[in-house]
Order: sequence, then structure tokens, then C-alpha cells
Amino acid sequence: MATQDTISSPAAASSRQLNDPALLRRRYSAERRFQAYGLAAIMVALFFLVVLFTSIISQGWTAFLQSSIRLDVTLDKSEFTDADGNVSDKAIRLANYAKLGRDALQNALGIEKPGRPEKRKLKELLSRGIDTQIRDVIEADRSRIGQTVPIWLLASDNVDALLKGSIDRDVPEARRQLDNRQVAWVDKLVEEGRLEKKFNWGLFTFGASSQPETAGLGVAIIGSFFMMLIVALVAVPIGVAAAAYLEEFAPKNTLTDIIEVNINNLAAVPSIVFGLLGLAIFINFMGLPRSASLVGGLVLSLMTLPTVIIATRAAIRAVPPSIREAALGVGASRMQALFHHVLPLALPGILTGTIIGLVQALGETAPLLMIGLVAFVVDYPVTPMDPATALPVQIYMWASSAERGFVERTMGATLVLLLFLFVMNAAAVYLRRRFERKW
Amino acid sequence: MNKRTVLAAGLVIAAVAAPLSAASARDQIQIAGSSTVLPYANIVAEQFGKAYDKFKTPVVESGGSSAGLKQFCQGLGEKTIDIANASRKIKDKEVKKCGEAGVKDIMEIRFGYDGIVFATDAGGEAWKLEPKDVYLALADKIPADGKLVDNPNKKWSDVNSSLPAWDIVAYIPGEKHGTREVFETKVMETGCKTAGGYDLHLAATGADDKKAKKTASKSCFKVRKDGGTVDIDGDYTETLARLQSNKTGVGVFGLSFYENNTDKLKVATMGGIAPSVETISTGKYPVSRPLFFYVKKAHIGVIPGLKEYVEFFTSTKMIGPDGPLAEYGLVPMPKNELDELQKAVSELKTM
Repeated sequence: MATQDTISSPAAASSRQLNDPALLRRRYSAERRFQAYGLAAIMVALFFLVVLFTSIISQGWTAFLQSSIRLDVTLDKSEFTDADGNVSDKAIRLANYAKLGRDALQNALGIEKPGRPEKRKLKELLSRGIDTQIRDVIEADRSRIGQTVPIWLLASDNVDALLKGSIDRDVPEARRQLDNRQVAWVDKLVEEGRLEKKFNWGLFTFGASSQPETAGLGVAIIGSFFMMLIVALVAVPIGVAAAAYLEEFAPKNTLTDIIEVNINNLAAVPSIVFGLLGLAIFINFMGLPRSASLVGGLVLSLMTLPTVIIATRAAIRAVPPSIREAALGVGASRMQALFHHVLPLALPGILTGTIIGLVQALGETAPLLMIGLVAFVVDYPVTPMDPATALPVQIYMWASSAERGFVERTMGATLVLLLFLFVMNAAAVYLRRRFERKW
Repeated sequence: MNKRTVLAAGLVIAAVAAPLSAASARDQIQIAGSSTVLPYANIVAEQFGKAYDKFKTPVVESGGSSAGLKQFCQGLGEKTIDIANASRKIKDKEVKKCGEAGVKDIMEIRFGYDGIVFATDAGGEAWKLEPKDVYLALADKIPADGKLVDNPNKKWSDVNSSLPAWDIVAYIPGEKHGTREVFETKVMETGCKTAGGYDLHLAATGADDKKAKKTASKSCFKVRKDGGTVDIDGDYTETLARLQSNKTGVGVFGLSFYENNTDKLKVATMGGIAPSVETISTGKYPVSRPLFFYVKKAHIGVIPGLKEYVEFFTSTKMIGPDGPLAEYGLVPMPKNELDELQKAVSELKTM
């Protein structure tokens, strides 16, 4: 009310009210209060961000380390030969690697002639994935057959969990995943320097696996890469073309109004609906394969399209009309004005919008559920037509697994995904800074 | 300009069309279905990929038994899945639907059992439960003086004096889980019958035919909605998280999940029997269910490796008592059942 008075009769008000110290104090304190609210809001947001990051990082960083045991594995020739005594591919494939690893472990621990239960306990310390590891060593150089080779073999997830402290040594033996003797063996191996935590390259290279120690993001990273590529190739040209046409050429009438409203609405459609659409159109009607990153990419393209269109339109609208008019004035056609002047100037905005769209698509799981991308895929996809998964999907699948090792992997994978998002967002900021023109 | 546009358009069409034609021959088995069966199928798929060089590792999707069977029954051909995993038997309705879509010869493979356990936080005492206790604690209506009344029990000690005086809060699998059905039929219904609630429900329907019995059973399944039971629609990790925040809660888990978390959970005995692979395979522990997968016979010989996969899955090396599935928590079937299954698989016997 005071302000209304001020506006209606400024001359009278200035003498009567603005000099009133009580009012002045109130106005100042109102402003200070408002600033304090704003600051508090930022603090709350920051607090939750810090809590989130601390929880993810404190639970996830161990996923980047993985325990391995250095063992001298005797590659006994008789293990790799056929009935006729020749080394063959088939014999190498089917050799009893678990036994080779266990024998090496038992030698390292100095256990002689272990009984059946003891053998079983020994086997539990090694990962089931050691077969591929030993086989890789042999395939790299077949002359090693018959020799004793030192190899770093993956320890089982329980050993890994014990070393990382997620299996509690104080829990009574009956309820602990490793019994007292196994814990003693592990301690002995650590003391001798045979058992170490090394950087976990496997987290980035392995495909899906039922055991945490051989499970990795390899397939998911490739799948997500293919999908991003397809989104960039499909959504960006279509989105930019649609936005440029609507902004520069389309007549303003009821039809274009309806289209505009619908594009804006489309941006708010729940993403699962795009998955249903993708299932109906791309898989059931067009006959594209399930679980393929091509279908995932197309569905995500549909989902990102409105974001790209809206961002591009805003960017084009932000280009001052004088540029356009000047171009038309010197005789350029409308298309020339668009391509030579308007689009290059709108580029930073378009890029930012596109990258935000891509980031959104990269973190999306719901639409992928319907088209078979939430799947256990072991082999690397070579083309976008091969079965694959995506990063957030892999996180979702690991989160529901029972083993201890998958808990840290869930958080570790989240960190990897956050890193990708961070890099992309940083790229968006950089591009905007680099190409932005101030008017 | 014009020429270039045409060329570009041509290239785009070629790029889209080329993979389409290349995709016509699928060389990888596709599986979908139950999230309970998923870890087992994952283990087998992984081992299968390692053991056979010439076949690719099968792709296993999760999503639930019903969703998997729905996909399975969409029809034949390379665009449809080859195998559906299920934590329950296929329903007649589903078989009919399959038949209508042309999926006629279905191989049913029951590859083992899964136990369902009640567990509390590891800090407390071990519980001794009876189906009757669970029913009296969790049912919507229980019998009292020959009448059905709204469940008055507030604490577990009200139900059975040997149980602690904890508020009744149970985290049970949600309606969409296959586990819920086992919980209902093996625990609630049994408890309902021993407590006498079943007879009262049956009397309330006023009839004694099949339909009335079904209604009575259904009434037995009804759980209280006053906060005593909480439906968990997610998976067991969610149930575990709930138990860790509410230390006096009781959770329902699969045996394999419990075995991976023995340091965090204490398992309750049911009818005096502790759940384990042994007690479940001998049938002593009452709350268990069979696990299945279903194969389209028409796809054998078309999708490379399908027959080998089924044989590999059902081999003693995989689902026998010393195999990796048993190690994960699958309850293996007795020797004679396994022999029978392997014979049926080698003959490609259908339902």
C-alpha cells in the first residue's frame, strides 16, 4: 500500500514516507530477510548434494579396486590335450581351470593333500572367472603349456568384501560368508604379498556377469555410446530443421499454434510412454530386433526431440531481427539468411540444448525397459543391431542383486555415469562460452 | 545442390536399410521372464557362452513371470523370444493364448526349487514360527470364539508367547511377485486352516462346492491393511533396507538372498524346520516353490544353440547338487527327478 502511494503521488510521498526511518528500516530488513531465504534455499540444496555425493563416493570408490591373488599356476600339459595327446582348441576351451587355480592356491598356502571339504573351501577363495584369465594367458603364448607361470588371478567376491571390510570379521563364524580358516588363509596371502587390491580395469571392460568380480560396464558403455550417436544423428537434424522451419518460415495460424502447443506438451510425456511407442512401432511393426541399441537410440531420439526443438527455437528467437533484416536487405534469400547468419549465431544455444537433451537421454531407464534393453548381455555389441544395455540400466540391474560386491559396483557405476554427465555438461558450458556473441 | 540432396537421402536410406536386412537371421538366444529365475539364468547363460565357442552368449531379460510369458505367447519367429523364465507354472489361460498365436509345442522345464524364508535383523533372537502364528499376526480377519473378527493382535507376543513383544510389522512381497502366491498358499492358507479360520470363511459363503472353497481360501489370503503388513513391490534389497531401518520388522526373502546375507539376517524356523537346501529338497521345510522355464520347440533348429542351451541348463553339472546354481541358492531336485527331466529334454518332450 505504501508503494502504491509512492507511485500515485511521488512528490508528496518522498517528503512524508521515504524519510520515515521506521519504514526505511522495515524495507531494509525485508530485503535482508529475502536474501537470507535465498541463501538458506541454496544451503539446503547444497547440503543434500553433499550428502548424496558423500554417500555415493564413500560406498562406490572401493568398486574401482579389485582383489587379485598372485599364484604360480602349473599349466600341466595333460590338462590341455585330447585323448590322442595333442594340444587342441577344444581341449584348451574345456580344460578344468578351476582345478589348476585351486592347485596353485593350495601350493601357495602349503596345504598338502587337502580333503574334499577343504578343496571346496579353497575353491571359494578364487573367482569363477579365473578360467578366462588362465585361458587368455595360454592363448597369448601356447608355448607356456607345460610351464609354471605366475598369474594374477581374481579373488572371489567374498574375499574382496572381507578385504574391503564389508564382511565383518566379528560376526560369529556360523553366519559369516567365510569361515575362520578361510579368513586365516586370506590373512596369510595378504602377509606374503600375494593378495592385493589393484585398480579394477575390469569394471570398464567386462560385460554382464553373475559374479560381481567379473561384472563390468563394457557392454553398457558401448550400448550407451551407440544410443547417444543415434540420438545425435536422428534427433538433432530433425529437431533443428523443425525448429528453424517453425521459427523462420511457417505462417502463424491455428495449425502452427496447435503444433507448437503439442511440441511443448510432448516434452512432459512420461518417458515410459515412449518405450511403449517404440515397442509398438520399431519392434512389432518395423520388425527391428529386441534389445538392440538401434531401437533404444530411436526411442530416446523421440524423447529428446521436443527438448531439442524447444531449445533451438529459443536460440533462433534470441538472434536479433536486425541481423535477418540486414541480410535480406542486401539481397539474401530467406534460406541464405538462415544458414549464413541466423543459425551460426544461434549455434551455442542449439548446442547447449542438444547436449542437455543428450544428457537427459543418457540417464534414462524407463523407456528402455519395454524394448528389451534391461537385459543380461555378456558379449560386446559390434553394431547397433546387436543386443546391448545402457549405463543407467546396468546400475538398476546391479542394485537388485543379492551379492555384497554389487552394492559397491552400483555406486561405482553411478560415479562413472556422473562423470560422463559432468564431461558432457562441461562441454556444453565450454561451447557456449566459445561461440557466444554478446549484443 | 539437388544432386547432392538426392545422394544424401540415398545414403541415409541405405544406412537404415542395410542393418534391417542383416538382422533377418538371429544367432543369439533370447530369454525373458521372472526376476527370481534371472540370476540362475544369468549364471547358465554366462557359462554357456564360455563353454561353446560357436554360439553367442544368450541375452536374458528380466521383468517378471507374467510379462515374460506374455512375450513368449506373442507368436513364433525370430522377432519373439525363445525361452520364458517363470517362478510359477504356466496358467491354462496362458497356454490357450499361446496356442492362438501359433505357439503350440511348448517344452516345460522344472529345473529346481526355491525356498521362501522369514527373517529378522541379525541382532535379535532366532524366531520359531508356525504358519498359524503368521496367519494370526498378519491376516485381516481371524477367528475368535467361533466368529471372525478384525485382527486385534498388536504384538508378536500376543500371537505366541514365545515370540518377542515387537510390534507386528511384516514386509511381504507385493501382489505382482510370484513369491506372493507361495506366501499365500503355503503359509497363510495352512495357518488359516489350523487356526480354524478357513472353516469359518467357508461357512460364511453358505455353500460347500469348489467355488465356495476357492472363495474361502481367498479370504484366508487377505492381509491386514492397518500397517501390520507392508507390500514390497521392489526386490529383496528393498526388503533388507526396510529391515535395517526398522529393526523389529520381519521380512520375507528367497533362500538364495538370505544365504548371501547371513551376516545381516537371522532366519526363522517354520514348523520347527530351519530352511536350507537339504530341508527344502527333501520337502521337510514347507514353504518352497518350483522354478520353471518354457521353451518354444519350433525354435529348436532355427535359433542356433537353443537345444544345446536347454541341455546345458538341465545337465547335472549345472543344476546338480554340486553345480553353480546350487551354490547360489537353488534347491536342486532329487536324482530321479533330474534323470527324468534329462530324458524328457533329450526327447524334446512337450506339454
